[in-house]
Amino acid sequence: MRELALHILDIAENSVNASSSMVRISIHENTVTDRLSFSITDNGKGMDEELVRQVVDPFYTSRTTRRVGLGLPLLKAAAEICNGGLTIISSVNKGARVSCWFQHSHVDRMPLGDMVSTMTMLLIGYPDIHWIYRYEFNDRLFEFDDEYFKKELGDIALSEPTIISFLRSHLEEGMHGVREPLPLSLP
Amino acid sequence: MSTVKTLEDLKKIREEALEKKKAKATSGAIQVTVGMGTCGIAAGARDAMKAILDVIEADNLSGVIVTQTGCIGLCEKEPIVQVTIGEAPMVTYGKVTPDVAVRIMKEHVLKNQIVTGNQIHLA
Repeated sequence: MRELALHILDIAENSVNASSSMVRISIHENTVTDRLSFSITDNGKGMDEELVRQVVDPFYTSRTTRRVGLGLPLLKAAAEICNGGLTIISSVNKGARVSCWFQHSHVDRMPLGDMVSTMTMLLIGYPDIHWIYRYEFNDRLFEFDDEYFKKELGDIALSEPTIISFLRSHLEEGMHGVREPLPLSLP
Repeated sequence: MSTVKTLEDLKKIREEALEKKKAKATSGAIQVTVGMGTCGIAAGARDAMKAILDVIEADNLSGVIVTQTGCIGLCEKEPIVQVTIGEAPMVTYGKVTPDVAVRIMKEHVLKNQIVTGNQIHLA
């Protein structure tokens, strides 16, 4: 996976599979402290200490019943190459938080990639989950909490064409708006 | 540049969506499911789903439910897309590149013609 947005999608899928009803995805790009960090927090079934160790180290195992993917170990390795890291805080029935950070300017850092697609897929693909998306660039914040949005839509499926267009342009313009400050003088 | 779509536009969008839904009398529910396990994502499932949503948006296709599922144990055939139309049995597709995803939408979902080249027959 060559985009952070794909890793974020992968981690969020783990949250879905852990029976979460709420998932929060936060991204912070800070060019002053030269750090790109993100976290995925859920209220799912969580993991015990052993499983937390297991999901970040594919070669650590004391049992053979549980299969875990290579998504997290690969992301951790990619972060460590870029003077960053990855941590998981979780306990059973208390949800989980995966946090990951990179040196923003590091030459080997993966691009953030297409977060609009990642979020659109999650919102449309799992309408029963309450999604909160926060994107911060330096001190400017864009936040999308889908609770109000879904309440207003009622029983309209999120995969209706007008809704797809709305989600895409809302996320696109929201992220663009915090990333690119407006010029000082407007025409 | 297009106008910023704010949450205040939602009511209008909801009405538009409702009208389209009414205008189209679907011949049975259409469900398209994309496998989004780690294996699927690594193989390009997000691009396949993006292509599916692009067709829905561009062709203004109302009444298609798009959902996701985790790994179904056919990692080597990912990306996997499954289509169910009405009462017909579910059709499973493998190696769904964005091009194949577009064909699935245009041929299977729109014209009810299965894209046989990418069909997987589950045992």
